[in-house]
Amino acid sequence: MQQPNKLTPFFENLNFERDDNTMVINFGPQHPSAHGQLRLVLELDGEQVVKAYPDIGYLHRGIEKMAENMTYNEFLPTTDRLDYIASTSNNYAYALAVEKLLGIEAPRRAQVIRTMLLEINRIISHLFFIATHALDVGAMSVFLYAFREREFGMDLMEDYCGARLTHSAVRIGGVPLDLPDGFIENMLAWCDKVDHEVKNTYEALLTENRIWKMRLEDVGVISAEDALNWGCTGPMLRGSNVKYDIRKEEPYELYDELDFDIPVSDRCDSYGRYMLYMQEIYQSTRILRQLVPMYKESEPQLMAHAPKYISATKEDIMTQNYALMQHFVLVAQGMRPPKGEVYVPTESPKGELGFYIKSEGEPYAYRLKCRAPSFFHTGLLQEILVGTYIADVVTIIGSTNIVFGEVDR
Amino acid sequence: MAQHQVNYASAAGLPIALTSVDKLVNWGRSNSLWPLTYGLACCAIEMMASGASRYDFDRMGTIFRASPRQADVMILAGTLSKKHAEFARRLYDQMTEPKWVISMGSCANTGGMFNTYATVQGVDRVVPVDIYLPGCAPRPETLQYALMMLQKKIRRESANMKKNTKQNLRLV
Amino acid sequence: MRKYVPKDNVQAKPYYTDRYWVAPRVPREAVEEGSHFASVVEVMTPFVKESYVEVGQLVIHIDAAENFDAIKTLKEQCGYTQCSEQSAVDYLAQDGEFELFYQFLNVNEAKRVRIVCRLKKDEAIESIEPLFKSANFAEREMYDMFGIKVNNHPYLKRILMPDDWEGHPLLKTYPLHGDEFASWYEVDKIFGKEYRDIIGPENRDPARIDRYDTKRFSRVGYEVPFGEDITQGEKEQPIEYSETLLVDYNKNAGKQLEKRK
Repeated sequence: MQQPNKLTPFFENLNFERDDNTMVINFGPQHPSAHGQLRLVLELDGEQVVKAYPDIGYLHRGIEKMAENMTYNEFLPTTDRLDYIASTSNNYAYALAVEKLLGIEAPRRAQVIRTMLLEINRIISHLFFIATHALDVGAMSVFLYAFREREFGMDLMEDYCGARLTHSAVRIGGVPLDLPDGFIENMLAWCDKVDHEVKNTYEALLTENRIWKMRLEDVGVISAEDALNWGCTGPMLRGSNVKYDIRKEEPYELYDELDFDIPVSDRCDSYGRYMLYMQEIYQSTRILRQLVPMYKESEPQLMAHAPKYISATKEDIMTQNYALMQHFVLVAQGMRPPKGEVYVPTESPKGELGFYIKSEGEPYAYRLKCRAPSFFHTGLLQEILVGTYIADVVTIIGSTNIVFGEVDR
Repeated sequence: MAQHQVNYASAAGLPIALTSVDKLVNWGRSNSLWPLTYGLACCAIEMMASGASRYDFDRMGTIFRASPRQADVMILAGTLSKKHAEFARRLYDQMTEPKWVISMGSCANTGGMFNTYATVQGVDRVVPVDIYLPGCAPRPETLQYALMMLQKKIRRESANMKKNTKQNLRLV
Repeated sequence: MRKYVPKDNVQAKPYYTDRYWVAPRVPREAVEEGSHFASVVEVMTPFVKESYVEVGQLVIHIDAAENFDAIKTLKEQCGYTQCSEQSAVDYLAQDGEFELFYQFLNVNEAKRVRIVCRLKKDEAIESIEPLFKSANFAEREMYDMFGIKVNNHPYLKRILMPDDWEGHPLLKTYPLHGDEFASWYEVDKIFGKEYRDIIGPENRDPARIDRYDTKRFSRVGYEVPFGEDITQGEKEQPIEYSETLLVDYNKNAGKQLEKRK
């Protein structure tokens, strides 16, 4: 083994001088293909990849260990930073896991607002996917167009919770705030705009584009058994002809009352996945439009009523004595959930995002494990990159839609 | 001025800006700062958003370059983990003079909310930083303001640059 | 003498404790007759030590030595074709064991099963990578974070931490801020041990403030270069605590005894 010192790089198990014709290159942790810190060590035979070894961990921040040292409510903003492109979906997955552990359910209006936020985040994340994927493959103007729509979506999130990127918009037990004035009109206008743009700009530019098709067809083919075996979920699984969407199969929030379809692609390659993402944007806008009348009919209760675990509303805290005392205890000491463990899967824009929480009755979680879809998709890269050309490597990485906040936690 | 170094500091005791030559050089440097794409985590998304359609970064003369040899500014956006720290330093060393560093976001400034075993508590433990930019994630306008502050700082630099390295080449 | 701090669990403890609190349990139901879960339990009967349904998912406790066979049965005969997740929980302080869990999904029935087993401290577990390739990365992460060795894994190496890291971070004995190796890791790696004094230790106190710095914090638009004097002539004064409100009872310390008789 090499002795590491300041001058020579420390690459254990890798032998750069070889007798056969393959060349080992390092697709280092900093590269302009905007997906974050992935280091791929590729062994190339000419232009084809013979072996690919993904090296991750360059963004490991110890989030799971932080969860063992903080109360449940304190930890919620940290979950924002997992999949930082669609932050509310992680917040929601965590809040749902804790709610299932406590055995409480959010009130109706909170459910409507949460579903709205989730679908807005889904559209934002898919727009980011198309922007960076197109940028990697070479269609750079789509990046600017998609970010334009994304900015309007981030304006909506900023209207609601004050932050563009790391939202913390959801609390355990409900939502903290009601929708501001004009939010619904802005959201509907944005839905129309997104539908129009996806149909007339992104699809018009890319779907029938000869170059795009040549770059994406038959690139990154994963069969259904492989996808299930490697732990792929979400669009990666649906792009391989497995019809499984957690929103339909194991519904949470209001998804069993909403009417939407699940696009599935039987092409199993990157082109199929790209079409899938575009179709999912249409379905999300469809869901958002259905949620508006449900919001209007719901009663204005935003947080669940569970005084042992959740503080009262701000009006009660400011006026009632016991509410104030309980709020103090919940903030200073933390809420004590029941003893037990729970694993709750949700459908984040990237795949199945699940939280496994094991509690010993203490205010701090005993163990929190975040099941990140991108972690398993990165593992998949070991197998799927073999036999492709080096230009396809970038396409495949973009098509798997990995976010390194989730992979490394 | 172009041929030999005159040591104004030891002669007069104060850093004196040579007016027109200096201003020209600093104008050129500050108005075409080419950043190195060093997006690490969430702040990288805001950096991309600041370079995208609404908050256009190109109007400052910036073009994001991927290679450290062609870049002037290293905008460290996001959490630097200990595994990555070595590479950040190496990329900083590979950048050519003159170079500056903007540390963007709480994680880069001080380790941020990740007060854990695997995070470098502040990028200034590893590279020398010129501008610290707070926020989590800072808005794109904040990043542009930071770049403008860096431009102001560059324009204030004097001919007698006793910065960290050999600055022998002045006008050539 | 300093206060005794137990070393087997150095995670943060809640500041206020309630000694009379008895935590309720998350409700566990028995497996219903005739349901899908009942058929799963029936197929897995030779391995099952205990089984129940918790939050809509079946939980089966097995013996750690039989994990490969049990999971093979689950995959082939019950149709649980995806391993969503696997990891460990550190119970070394209480029982001297790790509790490993595997989470499985049946795509056709849309049901989930969790398989739980207990592993003693220095035991190794059999890899399920031949059955589920997602275990490749997941078991490496388990090894990296807990130090649990996995037999017959194709490439058992650290995945999230750097290759030359010492210590397994998610153990309860590992502090959140990292031990001494962790705190100097980047300085040693990049510059060498000599630079420890030059760079200085990490500042792990998030609440450290400089009283004067917060008062003289530069305003937007009036930034000054680093190190420039912004005191505006104000001199630093020490904090004076009131003598009447905050009485120092130790000032005139207790009476010194005269020579003992």
